[in-house]
Amino acid sequence: MAKVIVVTSGKGGVGKTTSTAALGAALAQRGEKTVVIDFDVGLRNLDLVMGAERRVVYDLVNVIQGDAKLPQALIRDKRVETLFLLPASQTRDKDALTSEGVEIVMETLKRHFDWIICDSPAGIERGATLAMRHADAAVIVTNPEVSSVRDSDRIIGLLDSKTLKAENGERMEKHLLLTRYDPVRAARGDMLKVDDVLEILSIPLLGIIPESMEVLRASNLGTPVTLADKTSAPAMAYEQAARRLAGEIIPVTIPGERRSILAKMFGRRAA
Amino acid sequence: MSLFTFFNRKGSAPAARERLQILLAHERVNIGGQSDLVTLLREEILAVVAKHVAIDPEKVTVTMERGDNVSTLEVDIEIPLHAEKKAA
Ligand SMILES: Nc1ncnc2c1ncn2[C@@H]1O[C@H](COP(=O)(O)OP(=O)(O)OP(=O)(O)O)[C@@H](O)[C@H]1O
Ligand SMILES: [Mg+2]
Repeated sequence: MAKVIVVTSGKGGVGKTTSTAALGAALAQRGEKTVVIDFDVGLRNLDLVMGAERRVVYDLVNVIQGDAKLPQALIRDKRVETLFLLPASQTRDKDALTSEGVEIVMETLKRHFDWIICDSPAGIERGATLAMRHADAAVIVTNPEVSSVRDSDRIIGLLDSKTLKAENGERMEKHLLLTRYDPVRAARGDMLKVDDVLEILSIPLLGIIPESMEVLRASNLGTPVTLADKTSAPAMAYEQAARRLAGEIIPVTIPGERRSILAKMFGRRAA
Repeated sequence: MSLFTFFNRKGSAPAARERLQILLAHERVNIGGQSDLVTLLREEILAVVAKHVAIDPEKVTVTMERGDNVSTLEVDIEIPLHAEKKAA
């Protein structure tokens, strides 16, 4: 059975696209058929981070408008054969994404894939709400910083109201992915603590990704960080996050500390 | 740092620069409703074929690879032996 994941944040530039590529590649490497979809119409970037930018033939909007069939728009990764990319359109605007069109695409993909990972654009507009609409679970990418945490809280509200799951009265599974975590600044006490963010947002922790040069290197080369140097700190952190997403129970270690926390369920307080 | 990165001290920036140059050269042409040459050829080839045979969209595979000096376009169309010839 396919599982649809939305990678979202509200705030821009926190690491959604990086995380989509890294988690998608890690899941595909387990041998599970995975597709990553770029919902950032007009400003696509997932193709670049995946290193497939020169191979884009058709995109999501072409499929929705009937110019191309879905299989023709899917780009198979050259490194992992169970990994596919569905690119966003670069030349159209957000309105080209229709709710009906997205639904048909998602229903078709669900029949053929184990994992469907949707890279949401920043903001809370159409692209972002359509990316989360069909999700079974959400990965909320947050930086340990006040405006990012606030925007994540806003997004959690949307996940609990604007999605199909919410409308059907079901519970949306939510996971916090804390990215760009800087152990040095944390030690100095200038960064929000992991426990603080967890307490404020009250959703279980999927992983903590350290701020790292490896992420920049990997995106320069067009390689998801989990397919680049696998022993690097961010690659290992993403790989473990992917395993947790798949249901494994692995304690989360806080970069720069010896302490680790077992992701526990928090009851989210009503606002 | 792994041995690999140790011996690759040159860094990844040159690769990033080259990738961007190629991508943007193709993308800039695309602005304003125009298509780059590979896309234009793709559309016209498919149109010509469709003029003569009813193409089953499921039986068409198109791949493109945009390069620095050369781009490649691969159009793979399955044409049935007894394809109904369309009336002109
Ligand atoms: N753990 C990290 N360490 C260092 N740099 C990072 C890390 N995660 C992301 N970045 C960098 O931050 C920038 C933004 O990342 P990314 O594009 O993934 O964010 P995004 O949330 O998708 O942005 P947008 O909202 O614009 O779509 C990129 O330059 C990326 O390389
Ligand atoms: Mg992005």
